[in-house]
Amino acid sequence: MIRVNGEEMEWRPGLTVKDILEAKRFVFPMIGVWINDKPVPRDKFETTTVNDGDEVQVIHMISGG
Amino acid sequence: MEKMKLLAEWKYEPKKIERGYAGRTLYVNIGDRSFKEKPVTEDMKEKFVGGRGFGLKLLWDAVKDTTKWNDPENELVISGGPLCGITQYPGSGKCYTVFISPLTEQTYDSNAGGYFGPLLKFSGWDALEVQGKSDRDVILFIDGDNNKVEVYESPFEDINAVTITEALHEYFADSEEDKRNISVASTGKGAETTNWGCLNMSFYDLRRKTPRLKQAGRGGGGTVFRDKKLAAIVVRKRGVGPASNNPADISVLQRTGLKLHKEIRDLDDQQNKMRKVGTPHLNEIMNEYHLLPVHNYKFGQHPEASKIHSKIFEKLFTQGIPDGCWYGCSMACAKAVDGFELKTGPLKGKKVTVDGPEYETCAGLGSNIGIFDPEWIIEANFYADHYGIDTISLGTGLAFVCECYELGFLNKDITNGLELKFGSKDDLMELIHRMGRGDDKFASIVGLGIHKMKKVFAEKYGAPFEVMEKIGMEGQGIEVSEYVPKESVAQWGGYFLTLKGPQHDEAWLIFMDRVNKQLPTFEDKAEALHYFPNFRLWFSLVGLCKLPWNDIEPADNVVKYKGIEAAKVPEHVQNYVDLFNAVTGKSITKEELIVQSERVYNFQRVFQLRLGKGTRRDHNIPLRAIGPVFPEEWEVRTEYYDNELKAAGIDSKGLTTEEKIRKLQEYRLSQWEQLVDAVYKRRGWNKNGIPTVETLKRLGIDYPDVVEVVRKHSKPEDNWEE
Repeated sequence: MIRVNGEEMEWRPGLTVKDILEAKRFVFPMIGVWINDKPVPRDKFETTTVNDGDEVQVIHMISGG
Repeated sequence: MEKMKLLAEWKYEPKKIERGYAGRTLYVNIGDRSFKEKPVTEDMKEKFVGGRGFGLKLLWDAVKDTTKWNDPENELVISGGPLCGITQYPGSGKCYTVFISPLTEQTYDSNAGGYFGPLLKFSGWDALEVQGKSDRDVILFIDGDNNKVEVYESPFEDINAVTITEALHEYFADSEEDKRNISVASTGKGAETTNWGCLNMSFYDLRRKTPRLKQAGRGGGGTVFRDKKLAAIVVRKRGVGPASNNPADISVLQRTGLKLHKEIRDLDDQQNKMRKVGTPHLNEIMNEYHLLPVHNYKFGQHPEASKIHSKIFEKLFTQGIPDGCWYGCSMACAKAVDGFELKTGPLKGKKVTVDGPEYETCAGLGSNIGIFDPEWIIEANFYADHYGIDTISLGTGLAFVCECYELGFLNKDITNGLELKFGSKDDLMELIHRMGRGDDKFASIVGLGIHKMKKVFAEKYGAPFEVMEKIGMEGQGIEVSEYVPKESVAQWGGYFLTLKGPQHDEAWLIFMDRVNKQLPTFEDKAEALHYFPNFRLWFSLVGLCKLPWNDIEPADNVVKYKGIEAAKVPEHVQNYVDLFNAVTGKSITKEELIVQSERVYNFQRVFQLRLGKGTRRDHNIPLRAIGPVFPEEWEVRTEYYDNELKAAGIDSKGLTTEEKIRKLQEYRLSQWEQLVDAVYKRRGWNKNGIPTVETLKRLGIDYPDVVEVVRKHSKPEDNWEE
């Protein structure tokens, strides 16, 4: 199990940041991801895997219409 | 066009701009056709900065406590601000209109792009203040080339925006090229027949060979404009260039501007595609996250939303033209549809250029009224602008009407034959035309706005007021803009704990709160509802557009800065500090930038109080804004709402949907009260939402007349317990 923005999410081996964003339907293009307080560059979302128990923070950089 | 009849003329001395300021403001009484200049003092610059701050200060001095929106002493003030008109940094051509609103009956401010603000300043004026009422339709002309102000009798029978703007660009220009030295402020017939009148500020698009219209849409400024019998205000100033604002250090402007131009060029295609689609990039995003208002905010998603996807608009918008609404704006998001053949209305068959639609219009005159037809949205957008009607209030107002119709509160006898269900394209378009013509009683009632519609529908047609109170999406008398707020506690504050009503220009915290989960406590939410409204207000003081702040960001912003800091886009905040200092020669910090705003924020709050508003009672919120009202709203997201109840510690076992809705409403209303308390405390206000004298002192706005208003309305029982 991992936590994504404070909510539990099922973990599986090989789970990538991109998989998480797709599962959560986080489609906004300006997204920042931090795993256990460490940032993940946007161009590494597809190749970065998460470990069981990780704390993932997905930040949508949208704060205004 | 025939020569217009001159009614009055006033000559003034030319004035060079010094470090972003002309150092004086222009007063025009359109009633007795008198003119004067007023000095801009150092204290005024220090405390009110410019733009909206100047507008509020001038309006404060001009009105009485009892002044209503349609009293002659109400004013329309237009002001850019010290950074307005620079050409080195994107989004620097904004101006701000300030007035007492027919909708909210308190001060309102609304901003527009286009060339009006810069050309006004470079004509020698930091602000234009129009007071009084004319006895006939007039055109006010500020001739910055010959240093004179003229009032002409309007020869126009048709005062609608496109007609009058095209004619006046033609009339006052010597050549096609010269048309871009002119900006026209106008509205339309719909501003007379509704309280939703917007102002259209033009710039001339030399490539398209037509004027473009940018709107100061909200609050009914256009209605005030027509109440004064202004048909148009025209400003002309030739020879504007990169140094016209005479900044203290132009090299900083160039350097800072180049940095942002590069970001936009390199990153916009991967980020929001503002240059290709403008704000409609939000259409599909809002739908994905259940935030797109559908059927009067009942729902946040719709299966047909793909029909208004930004890719559709990308094809409809003319591509490859730099669509900046002021010189130097490489963000270029002022998209337009060219060669659009109108299918209805007085200009049926004419091919026109339509400015927009923006996201708010796609949602307001689209999903919120159950219409997912881009061509219909474009047509409605065109006519709303042409008639001078704010597309946001119009969209939310029509959505309310449609729901009332579907609930059986209205029928064809009442609507004079129109079937106003969600998605009734032909009849809804006809209603817009009736507002534009002003020949239909029901259309006039709709144009009063939701706040007054509720009362009329109840008294005249027997509609249940208590139901309309729940579903009418308005606050402080003005319609909510186009985002579903019901699932973000912080956004309740972003909309309803605002100075002037639910417009998204103060704080837009939905993602930060609901999706990112960055604001877990009421104190966190209150902090965000302190910082972001004040940061965003600053744009309105200096003459900048908000969009280049966070609709583009440095590539490493989200890895370099963590949490809320990243949302502030620190490098862009620094750009603004640098720009301000480079123009004015001052040396403010990013913290002082917030204090500049906080002064004006609190001053405006006291101003609302002075006009009989501005207390906790006026921070009202409809139930539709905090959660489902009817079972269908719950049942479309049963799992989500059941979980919300569970998280609130409420056992929903055996409850009907109606009972669950009631339970959730009770819980959320208690959350609302906690939010209000936390926000008022953080802002330095008392329990009744009134700034304390200590707050006024801290901010240096403890002017005797301001303190007097606060003292008059403050009671000891409203003080916080120690």
